[in-house]
Amino acid sequence: MHQLWLIPAFPLIGFLINGIAGRRMSKTAVNVAAIGSVLLSFLWVLKVLAGLGSLEDAYIERYFTWIQSGIVDVSFDFAVDRLSAVMLLVVTGIGLLIHIYATGYMSHEGGYYRFFAYMNLFMFFMLTLVLAANFLVLFVGWEGVGLCSYLLIGFYFHKKSAGDAGKKAFVVNRIGDFGFSLAMFLILVTFGSLDFARVFEKVGPMAVEHQAGVITLICLLLLVGATGKSAQLPLYVWLPDAMEGPTPVSALIHAATMVTAGVYMVARSAPLFNHAPIALEVVAIVGLLTAVMAATIGLTQYDIKKVFAYSTVSQLGYMFLGLGVGAYDAGIFHVMTHAFFKALLFLGAGSVIHALAGEQDLRMMGGLRKKIPVTFLTLFCAAIAIAGVPPFSGFMSKDAILLAAHHHHPWMYWVGVVTAGMTAFYVFRAIFMCFFGTYRGTAHPHESPLSMTGPLAVLALLSLGGGYLDVPHYLAPMFGGEHAPHETSLVVISVLAGAAGILLALLFYVIKPGLADALSRLAGKLYTLIYNKYFVDELYDAVIVHPTRDGSRALLWKGFDLGIIDGVVNGAGSLARTIGGGLRHMQSGYIRRYAAWVVVGAIVLLAAAAGMGGAR
Amino acid sequence: MPPELTQLLPASVPLSWYLVLSAILFSLGIAGFLFRRNIITVFMSIELMLNAVNLTFVAFSYHLKQVDGHIFSFFVMVVAAAEAAVGLAIILTVFKNRATLEIDEVSSMKL
Repeated sequence: MHQLWLIPAFPLIGFLINGIAGRRMSKTAVNVAAIGSVLLSFLWVLKVLAGLGSLEDAYIERYFTWIQSGIVDVSFDFAVDRLSAVMLLVVTGIGLLIHIYATGYMSHEGGYYRFFAYMNLFMFFMLTLVLAANFLVLFVGWEGVGLCSYLLIGFYFHKKSAGDAGKKAFVVNRIGDFGFSLAMFLILVTFGSLDFARVFEKVGPMAVEHQAGVITLICLLLLVGATGKSAQLPLYVWLPDAMEGPTPVSALIHAATMVTAGVYMVARSAPLFNHAPIALEVVAIVGLLTAVMAATIGLTQYDIKKVFAYSTVSQLGYMFLGLGVGAYDAGIFHVMTHAFFKALLFLGAGSVIHALAGEQDLRMMGGLRKKIPVTFLTLFCAAIAIAGVPPFSGFMSKDAILLAAHHHHPWMYWVGVVTAGMTAFYVFRAIFMCFFGTYRGTAHPHESPLSMTGPLAVLALLSLGGGYLDVPHYLAPMFGGEHAPHETSLVVISVLAGAAGILLALLFYVIKPGLADALSRLAGKLYTLIYNKYFVDELYDAVIVHPTRDGSRALLWKGFDLGIIDGVVNGAGSLARTIGGGLRHMQSGYIRRYAAWVVVGAIVLLAAAAGMGGAR
Repeated sequence: MPPELTQLLPASVPLSWYLVLSAILFSLGIAGFLFRRNIITVFMSIELMLNAVNLTFVAFSYHLKQVDGHIFSFFVMVVAAAEAAVGLAIILTVFKNRATLEIDEVSSMKL
């Protein structure tokens, strides 16, 4: 036994300590509980993985039978294989760095212990999700991280926008979770089990055509779940709003770990998806569309966190593209590298915001290169990583996906390349607007403390060198499948696209600062459309939110609740009163009238008795 | 009863005669209750109905050669005596308070 359960147990203990006693503890004690629990968890992951060696097969620990009822037989099991090993390292490693960073970032905020309690709870659920050995345990973690996401987005609950964003994330995720639940029911009915090993064992020998309809349906429903959690079309709308949360939350939950849960789940269900080529095609197309759409929106945003949020949506689209074209290993590779550089982008943005006392608008920044050099350098590392500059991490994983996409359908590659160009442009646009030119704001920028710059430096190293951790090679035996041939010309094209994006950003925002505005005026309506995020929120409001609300008000509240429910209750009361009102006239007070009633009653009874029994 | 007298009468009075008599008495009681307005008359009508029922009990008891009917009629008499005591007391009180024996004048027990 390797005691896998200890991995999520440490953060849970941290959560309990901070959640119950945190209010009365000093900040140092809260820090010790919060960071210590995640550190122990990280060390335990290292120990377990060292003990398990090469992990050719999944290592499973069975704890107890959880639900036993009819065909439902679910036990509480944890498992580690190569896929979850990568995720475990990413989650605990990045989680640890972000916890350390947050001690600096949150030091002036109220609710300090509450923040770390939620963060530890999130770690607990995320690790449960990753370790789960069946769909239901995974779902527990899945819902749990959703809860923590909601709590942390709404952390500044006194701000209405933060509360609304939290609710939006929760509600939108419910739609996805509904699909996921349906998928689980269908899996249970089709395979008689929710256990990963057993389901995949049964689906393995099936021919691709066999039961294709059911498996395709299962996979599409799983995809609905994944689009909710991983912010893909059409359910991505919650993620940009989720930036209302504190920046470490954006980095940990809404960039590095939770939003990749959908990618992880699809990769985990790879044996199912391999039997549903149509569903896989849908995954690729959804991913590609999301990547393009979010990247175009990212080009126009001025809130530094919003830029990175749309970038996250776009990069998640890349991961789904990788999954959809069958390159699961490349998709997970991108999960990891993205966790490095996107966490760094967010933490760097947080450091900028911290330096400027809460300013998030890029138009109010500029020229910060000299004032906060460490933040600038680390953010620059993240930018060149995400822009796909070789030989850094983003280049490695993105090219693995693009090559696989080209092997699948060349047009997907070309769309991906254009998106890569846009990615490079918007990231460097943010960097140039933030750090070059002259300072346009009014605050007094100051460099962040070591607790913040330290994690930034570590993440910068990982962003630059993370590509050399050969994850695809490590994961390939799990997923099998053919490998896309390496084509140097394709790599060169995508690198050139990235370089073009960077140079355009340089031209627009450093060399000729007025050019971008002129161009946006030239594009006119198109620019307005993109700047307003294609009016998707407005569309959803008009098509779904308002009809639902008005329908509920008219039909469910006014119609059903007031009309039928209240009507039945009040009707029963008034019926009794009406009948009583009629009957009370019988009580006249005249004894002889009562006697007459008695006589009439007796006669009626006698007549009835005679009518029924008299025939005998 | 002397033996010569017994021979003059029919072997026995048929049961139906008793029942018809009882029904007539009972109907008189009802009619009296419904149509007379003096409380005492109404009260006597009640007694008449009770005794009509008693007659039925006794007739059936004799006819079926069982003692149950006798016992019942005794119970009815006891209850009737008690009822008479209470009823007369009520009538007296009503008369004292209202100075009337008109039953329709006593109709305040209503909503």
